[in-house]
Amino acid sequence: MSILAYNGAAIMAMKGKNCVAIAADRRFGVQGQTVSMDFDKVFEMGPNLFLGLPGLATDVQTVFQRLKFRLNMYELRENRRIKPKTFMSMVSNLLYERRFGPYFVEPVIAGLDPKTHEPYIASMDLIGCPMETNDFVVSGTCSEQMYGMCESLWEPDLEPDDLFETISQALMNAFDRDAVSGWGAVVYIIEKDKITKKFLKTRQD
Amino acid sequence: MAQLGQPLSDYQRPHQVHFSPYDFNGGTVLAIAGENYALIATDTRLSQGFSIHSRESPKTYSLSENTVLGCCGFHGDVLTLTKTLGARLQIFEKEHNKPMPTPSVAAMLSTILYYRRFFPYYTHNLVAGLDEEGKGCVYSFDPVGSYEREVYRAKGSASAMLQPLLDNQIGGKNQQGYVVQPMPLDRCIAVVKDVFTSAAERDIYTGDNILISVITKDGLKSEKFPLRKD
Repeated sequence: MSILAYNGAAIMAMKGKNCVAIAADRRFGVQGQTVSMDFDKVFEMGPNLFLGLPGLATDVQTVFQRLKFRLNMYELRENRRIKPKTFMSMVSNLLYERRFGPYFVEPVIAGLDPKTHEPYIASMDLIGCPMETNDFVVSGTCSEQMYGMCESLWEPDLEPDDLFETISQALMNAFDRDAVSGWGAVVYIIEKDKITKKFLKTRQD
Repeated sequence: MAQLGQPLSDYQRPHQVHFSPYDFNGGTVLAIAGENYALIATDTRLSQGFSIHSRESPKTYSLSENTVLGCCGFHGDVLTLTKTLGARLQIFEKEHNKPMPTPSVAAMLSTILYYRRFFPYYTHNLVAGLDEEGKGCVYSFDPVGSYEREVYRAKGSASAMLQPLLDNQIGGKNQQGYVVQPMPLDRCIAVVKDVFTSAAERDIYTGDNILISVITKDGLKSEKFPLRKD
C-alpha cells in the first residue's frame, strides 16, 4: 500500500463569490486502526490563508512546522502579509528541495489575497508540481469520490452559506465511501473580514 | 551459428513465457430500483489504454423482457459470459415454458461466476428487472459471484465517482430530517444524466453516450443521452 495512504485523509477546497472554503476530515489512523478523531490537517497560515496537508501524518506535522518557519522569516523580512500565490510557490519550493526523497504530503492551499481579497485555491503533488483552478481542488485517499461529488455539486459564484453546504455535503458523502478517512470533519469558510470554523458530526465507521 | 565457447541455444537457461489472459476495456454501469420500475444505464465507450475502440458499445444486455444485465470490465469475458447466460436462459425457457424471473437470473449468475472461482471472469455485473411482485429490483455482483439485492449501485471504471452521489441523492445520506421514499422515474433519470455527465468530465473510460433502459410491466424502453466525446 502507498505510504500516502498509511494514515488516511480527505481534504478539499472550493471557490465561491468573494470567499473560499477549505474542509478536511479529522481521522488519524494507522492503516485500518483508528487512533484519534481530533487530528488537525488544516492549518491557519495567516489571517486569510489556510493550508491543508493530507498524507503521512509525521510529514504533515514536519512540513507544517518548516513552512511556518519559512513564512515567519518571509513576513519579518518583507514586513507584510504573504500573497496566497507566493505562499504556494514557497510550499512548492520546499517540496521540490526533497525531489528524490519526498515528504509524503499532497498539499491544498486556500486563501484570499491580502490586498485585493481575490479568492485563490491550489493543490500540488508530493514533489511540488502546482495546480491552480477556478472551481475546486481535492486531495487525499478518496480523491475519486471527492471529484465525483464536487463535479456534480459545485457551481460558480456560491454565497458563503451555500458554499458551506456544498463543500460539507461533497466531503461527507465522499469520505463515507472510504475506509481510512472520515470520523468527523472541519470546514473553514474564509471571507474578507470573517473566518467561520465549523465542525461536522458524521457517521463513525 | 553458435560461437565457440558459448552454449548452444538449446542449452541456455530456461526463460519464462508470459501469458496475460486479462485486459481492461473500461465502461460504467449504474442501476436503480424504483417502486414499479427498474432503471439501468451504461455509457457507450469501449477503450483500451489511451485508445477508444468504439463509441457505440453499450454495456447493457437484455436477457428477457423484464431482465437486463449490465456487464463491464474485460470485454472478452463480457462476450463469453453474456453468451453462456443467453444459452442457459433459452434452455430454461424451453423446459419451463416461461422466461426466468429476475431473482432467479441473479442466483444463476452467481453460480456461473463462482464456477470460475480460480480463473474468474473479469467482469463487474449488475442485474436489473422486476421481481415476482412487480417491484423494481437490482442485484450487484463481484467478479466471483458474491451478490446482494440493492436499491441503487454503480459498477465499473467510474463507480467510485458515482456511488457517493447516489448515496446522497437517492439514499438521502448525510441529509438531516430527510425521509427516504421511492423516487419518481423522471427525477431518477435526471439524477442518472447528472452523475454520468460529472463522471465523463474526469474518467477517460466513461463518455460518448449514455443508454438508459427502463423496465416496467409494459416492457423495456430505452433512451440515449450524449456525453462528452474526448
